[in-house]
Amino acid sequence: MTADATVATSAALLHVDGLVKHFPVRSGLLGRAAQHVHAVCGVSFDVGQGETLGLVGESGCGKSTTARLLLGLLPATAGTVRFAGTDVLTARSKALRALRRRLQMVFQDPYASLDPQMTVGASIAEALRIHHQYRGTGRARVQELMSMVELDPDDIGRYPHQFSGGQRQRIGIARALALEPDLLVLDEPISSLDVSIQAGVINLLADLQERLGVAYVFIAHDLSVIRHISHRVVVMYLGKLVETGTREAVFGRPSHPYTQALLSAMPSANPLTERARTRIVLPGDVPSPLDPPSGCRFRTRCWKAQEICAVEEPALVDRGQGHPVACHFAEAPASPDGTTPDGVSPDVAGR
Amino acid sequence: MTAVLEITGLEVRFATPEGPVSAVRGVDLRLDEGKVLGVVGESGSGKTVTMLAVLGLLGVGADVSGSVKYRGRELIGLEPRQLRKLRGSAIAMIFQDPRTSLNPVQSIGHQIVEGIRIHHPDVSRKQASKRAVELLDLVGIPQPDRRVRDYPHQFSGGMCQRAMVAMAVANDPDVLVADEATTALDVTIQAQILDLLRSIRQEKGVAIVLISHDLGVVAGLADDVAVMYAGRVVERGPVDEVYNQARHPYTRGLLASVPRLTDSRRGPLLSIGGGAPSLLHLPAGCAFHPRCAYERPNCTVDDPALRPVATVEAACHYAEDLGPVATGPEA
Repeated sequence: MTADATVATSAALLHVDGLVKHFPVRSGLLGRAAQHVHAVCGVSFDVGQGETLGLVGESGCGKSTTARLLLGLLPATAGTVRFAGTDVLTARSKALRALRRRLQMVFQDPYASLDPQMTVGASIAEALRIHHQYRGTGRARVQELMSMVELDPDDIGRYPHQFSGGQRQRIGIARALALEPDLLVLDEPISSLDVSIQAGVINLLADLQERLGVAYVFIAHDLSVIRHISHRVVVMYLGKLVETGTREAVFGRPSHPYTQALLSAMPSANPLTERARTRIVLPGDVPSPLDPPSGCRFRTRCWKAQEICAVEEPALVDRGQGHPVACHFAEAPASPDGTTPDGVSPDVAGR
Repeated sequence: MTAVLEITGLEVRFATPEGPVSAVRGVDLRLDEGKVLGVVGESGSGKTVTMLAVLGLLGVGADVSGSVKYRGRELIGLEPRQLRKLRGSAIAMIFQDPRTSLNPVQSIGHQIVEGIRIHHPDVSRKQASKRAVELLDLVGIPQPDRRVRDYPHQFSGGMCQRAMVAMAVANDPDVLVADEATTALDVTIQAQILDLLRSIRQEKGVAIVLISHDLGVVAGLADDVAVMYAGRVVERGPVDEVYNQARHPYTRGLLASVPRLTDSRRGPLLSIGGGAPSLLHLPAGCAFHPRCAYERPNCTVDDPALRPVATVEAACHYAEDLGPVATGPEA
């Protein structure tokens, strides 16, 4: 990596267009696909070089499926994923292997994603060996990677069980960085770590991005972490993007009712504001992705929903908020922190 | 103010193949009538073991000593039969994972009825079923008269947790222990359950022990907070004081290390170095000293006791030297 690479540019490194993934649910004697889980439905976004795109949403919104599609780990039902000009979804053998070198992933559970029978050194070196980069300087490179993620290089011969959760996640990051990728997809990389450990890993990731110029797709359900680390943010609900924009736009002027509710539901570590504020509490649960609601998928829990919402699906466009929002009635809230948006009737805040 | 639950000098040891492990090392906690006590700590800090010891749920492998008083009545050493009478009627518990806490082969209604009839055998099955419907309605399950016959797999995670709350309050307990009750849930569902706990506290005047690793979850509901680390309470006090004027370096570190939605800058987060110590090999002196930024020679020798410092109680030799928080953590 050269020093120039640390400058974030807006040139799109990853271009995702109309990505769709349906999982068949087989039933009956013949195992025919009677129904489909609509996991990801027409998702489009770009990731620039050296930038962090935060992907946020609740469980079942399709964020992990999106992550796997980006890396070509799952075949897509429709849509394209272009990485530096190459189509990830149609790439085969050699081209795919070359892509994988530049596109890496860090998994959520550092306990499950490391082979317990391999030393840490062997785990990190595995990618180097596969790509014929280990011979000669391999060991030194592994130790360099270990110090890069603030692990002791002398621990190269130790096994995963000898490390704590935070350290294991650092091993996962070192392994993903071994081939000097341009893009890391991080799927909930800190949510299984203790609170006091999380901050260290977040700081490490920010620091590595600055030094190496690597771009991140950072997936999390915790909005405050997303806000802290992302340059741009996409909010997903039931397989669809509901709001996208820069970190300042999405957090400063959250305009989709779901984004507003999500922000409002986040408890903050301040007793005074926590007691004083009126929270938007959404009724009910996320509908089943087997049979998503017609029109706008959020309408079943939305306090703004009207007839049009059941009929016409709102497009993800700018309706005067300065960033794209998929809501017929999108409006910027009165207060910038999004805790008391307009149009919240008290009965919605109940329950 | 009368204490419904008073824990004094609670110690819990487990025998393991590698030697004895002290999971709880002299915990003092007090829960007042109708109040909410937040217990904050990371995994392994002893918060769950403390509450399991209170309820006598630890089993034979655990060596429990100290005192736990429920309305002045000693619970440690109480006959299992007596303890069973209190459990589920006077003191009820909500666990982290609602799906594994519910019986998958019995209907939700059946499980609530069972809980009622164990403590009130004179209540008829019919009356108890009626009560189960009322309870499901109270916790906000739509169409409770129909859903009462559903099985846990027909409920979503949030609804299962609501059913757990219904079961816990079925016998009008005075103490509700909620152990990471919202951790497994999504944020919007977590908000629903926290709201439910808030309204149940208001309507029924039940005192709640709210155990969580999430400082935000505790902030909005708790009156008092205890921060646990390596089996001890390292800081406690009224919620506003602990969050704004913490005197223990661990509490301060914990508060500073969570990113906030209101942060104006985007610099590195303050982080606590290292990891939680192994309970098998606790550091000498203060258990937090290897990770503490303020470590002094004394800290490696003496384990500091919990003592009043300004508006809180903190277990740190140098709590005074830490001084008041100059700029609030929210600034």
